[in-house]
Amino acid sequence: MLYFVSVIDDRTNSGTPEEMVEIAAFNERLRERGHWVFAAGLADPATSTVIDGRGEQPVFTDGPFIESKEHIAGLWIIEAPDLDVALALMAEGSKACNRRLEVRPMLTRPGA
Amino acid sequence: MQPPPRGATDAHAAWGVTDARTAIALAHREEWARVVASLAKRFGDLDIAEDAAAEAFAIAVERWPADGVPANPGAWLTLTANRKAIDRIRREQARADKHREALMIADDTQLEPLGAIDDDRLRLIFTCCHPALSMEARMALTLRLVGGLTVPEIARGFLVQEGTIGRRITRAKAKIAAARIPYRVPAPDDLPARVSGVLAVLYLVFNEGYLATGADTDPVRADLTAEAIRLTRLVHALLPDDGEATGLLALMLLTEARRPARVGSNGELVPLAEQDRAAWDASLIAEGHRLVRERLEAGVAPGRYQLLAAINAVHTDAPDASDTDWTQVVALYDQLVRLDPSPIVSLNRAIAVAEVDGPAVGLALVDALAHDPALAGYHAFHATQAELLRRLERPTEARDAYDRAIALAGNTAEVGYLSRRRDQLDRLG
Repeated sequence: MLYFVSVIDDRTNSGTPEEMVEIAAFNERLRERGHWVFAAGLADPATSTVIDGRGEQPVFTDGPFIESKEHIAGLWIIEAPDLDVALALMAEGSKACNRRLEVRPMLTRPGA
Repeated sequence: MQPPPRGATDAHAAWGVTDARTAIALAHREEWARVVASLAKRFGDLDIAEDAAAEAFAIAVERWPADGVPANPGAWLTLTANRKAIDRIRREQARADKHREALMIADDTQLEPLGAIDDDRLRLIFTCCHPALSMEARMALTLRLVGGLTVPEIARGFLVQEGTIGRRITRAKAKIAAARIPYRVPAPDDLPARVSGVLAVLYLVFNEGYLATGADTDPVRADLTAEAIRLTRLVHALLPDDGEATGLLALMLLTEARRPARVGSNGELVPLAEQDRAAWDASLIAEGHRLVRERLEAGVAPGRYQLLAAINAVHTDAPDASDTDWTQVVALYDQLVRLDPSPIVSLNRAIAVAEVDGPAVGLALVDALAHDPALAGYHAFHATQAELLRRLERPTEARDAYDRAIALAGNTAEVGYLSRRRDQLDRLG
């Protein structure tokens, strides 16, 4: 089962060197225990572009698509057998990156 | 009357139940959670478990009066519910084969530690009270799936629309399935925190019934308090060594015991000191005291519920309010403040201190809490100030405090009581 984990922040590029060390160590533990799928930090939401390609011509507009005080500053995708395992892992992750996290199950692909 | 500890068969024989309606009501109380829990384990889907259990009971309502009560009602209900569940799964498989996989909730039976707590009902309770669900959802789900209350019954208990409760339950079941909340008893490391989460749900249900709020509503909703006690008895029976589960059960029993004396014939709340102690339920008090003694003898540092139960034991031990051992109450609150430094605990401690050291000392402690935003909107804070100011013969300030308390109180019986106390000041002053 895959879980999508968003890092909640109200600033951008705010990670400290100490946090980076902690996050790297946490990611290493995820890999060792076989939970790692993907992780990345995200640039400021103001750098985003909204695309609407549903019409004849694609329309590009300056993002973000939702203005909010808090935004997604980074993400993990992890593999875990159930939510309890995912929550326990990402409680460690929250401590490592010193941010609140949101864990959301990814839809299972039919036939996968 | 004590519910029978084991299978309903013995109970039926012992009580000589012949009436099918009574048998169904008894089976519902005794077997519902077991039927739902075993189906949830077998089919890995709470929705199927709930619907199939409900169908089995509906069939019993039809058949038992005509065919007679089966020798083992629990086994009959489980078997019937299993058949209904299989019927439904076949129908759904025929419709959309691949869809089933997504609906499955995790069942890792093989990881289960065996022993006293290996009961399917415990898995069901822990799943319904999972910390990833909202508190409202946990209460509704627990009452429906473990307690067997219907959606209209739960809606009446919480004074909300049936549709709201129905949606809460549906949404919670969908989250359990989609996020794969596991159907299992937590690992020993996580157990204390998770048990405390379960007890918090049950205590909230109890308080919702006992401290019912809302204009023009009954001051006590006994169906909720009774259900909370029944569920806490179940948790206590499943986790007999958990001191806090024992403590919570004792606390509920000792609180419930005073219910007959709590609201006067005029619909007003009767404070503890003025209650007719002869109206208290002696058997509930005896049971509560026994549980408190059991925890004292265990010699383990008590948790929050055990301390609250002990405080209630001191109150219910006094033949008259003037016999109350307030020094003991203060000592217990001192312990509680160390565990739970919340302003509400400090407020209650101040009330006990006022009984030992006088209203001036009590009021000084209460006033010191006035800056706390959590208390500013709490009617009991202002009511306490008012009572202490009255005793100190400061009627003008007391009247203002009563006014603030009345404006904030949500319980109809409490509003009645506070208004009368305020109006008495006019006659005094």
